[in-house]
Amino acid sequence: MTTLADRMEIKKGIAVSPGISIAKSLIIDAEDYRIPRRSIMPSQQDAEVERLKNAFKSAVDELTGLMSTQDQAQGGKIKDIFAVHLRFLHDRGLQKKITDLIRSESVIAEYAVSAVLREVASHFSKVKDAYISERAADIYDIERRLLKLLLGKKREDVRYLTEEVVVVARELSPTQTAGFDRRFVKGLATDAGGRTSHTAIVARSLGIPAVVALEDFTEVVDADSIVIVDGNRGIVIVNPDEQTVRQYERYARDFAELTHRLDAIKEDPPVTRDGVRITLLGNIEFPEEAQMVLEKGGDGIGLYRTEFLYLNRDTEPTEEEHYLAYAEVVDALGGRPVIIRTMDLGADKFTQSKRLAPEPNPFLGLRSIRFCLQNLAMFKTQLRAILRASVKGDVRVMFPLITNLQELKQARFLLRDVMEDLDDESIKYNKDIRVGIMIETPSAALTASTLARDVDFFSIGTNDLTQYTLAVDRGNELVSTLYSPADPAVLRLIRGVIGDAHKAQIDVGICGEIASDPEFIMLLLGMGFRTVSLAPPMLPEIKQVIRSVTVEQCNHLAREVLKMNSERQISAYLRNAARKILPEAF
Amino acid sequence: MRTGKGSVEKLVCEAEVEIKNADGLHMRPAMQFVDVANRFSSDVTVAAGDNIADGKSIMQMSMLAATCGTRLKIKAEGSDAQKVVGALRELVEEKMFGEPPRR
Repeated sequence: MTTLADRMEIKKGIAVSPGISIAKSLIIDAEDYRIPRRSIMPSQQDAEVERLKNAFKSAVDELTGLMSTQDQAQGGKIKDIFAVHLRFLHDRGLQKKITDLIRSESVIAEYAVSAVLREVASHFSKVKDAYISERAADIYDIERRLLKLLLGKKREDVRYLTEEVVVVARELSPTQTAGFDRRFVKGLATDAGGRTSHTAIVARSLGIPAVVALEDFTEVVDADSIVIVDGNRGIVIVNPDEQTVRQYERYARDFAELTHRLDAIKEDPPVTRDGVRITLLGNIEFPEEAQMVLEKGGDGIGLYRTEFLYLNRDTEPTEEEHYLAYAEVVDALGGRPVIIRTMDLGADKFTQSKRLAPEPNPFLGLRSIRFCLQNLAMFKTQLRAILRASVKGDVRVMFPLITNLQELKQARFLLRDVMEDLDDESIKYNKDIRVGIMIETPSAALTASTLARDVDFFSIGTNDLTQYTLAVDRGNELVSTLYSPADPAVLRLIRGVIGDAHKAQIDVGICGEIASDPEFIMLLLGMGFRTVSLAPPMLPEIKQVIRSVTVEQCNHLAREVLKMNSERQISAYLRNAARKILPEAF
Repeated sequence: MRTGKGSVEKLVCEAEVEIKNADGLHMRPAMQFVDVANRFSSDVTVAAGDNIADGKSIMQMSMLAATCGTRLKIKAEGSDAQKVVGALRELVEEKMFGEPPRR
């Protein structure tokens, strides 16, 4: 059994969150299990082998039990799969191989199980016969089953960190990242993902560097190795040599200094050189981040994502839990606007677990507002809490993924319903609460003039709008180069929405990741945005750019860009313009 | 029950068989093969071309991925070597794992 050589390896991916971090790797697989390569004393080997034997026995018992509960009619196929797993577990060579590894390298059972089974799986997947190569998936399943039994109660996962780590995974889901503790998670590196994947968004909110689309990083890095994440250049280095470490420590210091200098302009208002005041808001995913928005000089919260309330739990959140989360942020913001977005979950464990059969195309399926409109009790709970919190400050409610007027009307109807309930119960709320929607689908963008008549504001969600307009999955690393909000088609749609909003005299803001990119802010201002909401760590830099330009310049730039036909041309033009304004930041 | 080396006759028996069923030695047949081999006490090795597998290990047998027409060399060592080879030959060539033959 060969172990990976401790060679330094440099991998290139997409930089999605700036900064430098040097820490130990923590590899998460889909089940959140950490696979530590821990050594044991020779005297502990017998105990470890015994643990392994027990885990095998329990796994066999589990599978036998599962098989007996599957009746032939429905579960015939599933029964066969369990039969195969059982057969594998009984294979005389397997347990011996793992036991041998425990003894020869003096490592814990979990590591040996993982190492041996992954090697077996990789041999299977190389066989030409499709039926056999698919058995690799069964091997991974057995690995998970054994690891679950071994790790049992003392699960070493992301929630029990005691030292700084760089989290490495194939990709990261909202469920997994909800547990991240900023004190210990210092960087992210994933195989999959793109500029607006969940990994990117979380990293930016936490203010830690992240590199995605590394393709096969999880295969190259060993557990507990030293990893450098360069979120500025999109590079990850595993097992760096001394010289590289020193070099990066220097970069890290320089970068910290630049951040510091930007923090100094915290008190200065985001006003352009020709006196136009821009409203700078922050996107947050958790109540704790509200503080950071204020620290970085934001004027309020432009997007309060509420999904965290539904994740990592078995039951729906109560009205009180909703209310406390909203009240906390509203209090912290002291009168500054807080735009709360109703539940936008989809293609996630929460909505999928309620289904009898998983949706084949969850991103286009029953998610977000659609899910809410079919789960009225749950939706009303959230609306009640938002309304109750609205007496504490400037709370605004925003509905995501609206695709047509009907949906909007239904949502507003429900809101009125909830208001009447509160009236009956003599519970106070802001009767004039402002209601807005996210424009993030082509249909909404194209019919914005109709929708504008029924709302108080729009917020353009460029992440999803770009995805749906260009028909590109923003989390798919294979097409991540096709995804760009600077695409002429997307810009044209955005321009249309802004025009419709202005005609209807309603506010239109932008809250996609594009707003946190300094290269785009001039274009956004030039297109007519006066409200932008972005990831808090980037607030100072965006403010810096705003304070360095005139709206005149921005208008000119936008006019030029909107004449262009290619995304590449547009990106290059914007990059050049940005460099001229803020040479040291680019 | 195993007895010590040298006190029991160590028989060796070999045979060559041909995979006759259309789909070859995929998962189900491999499982049947291993089940039969495990009923006996002798060690069983199976060679398909350059690949050698332990006839009692499902992992190894399924990786042989022997297709229809492949010739397997079965070798058994132990007190019931003859019996196990006979049973395996019957499974592969006569019963054909209970599957349809090549058309």
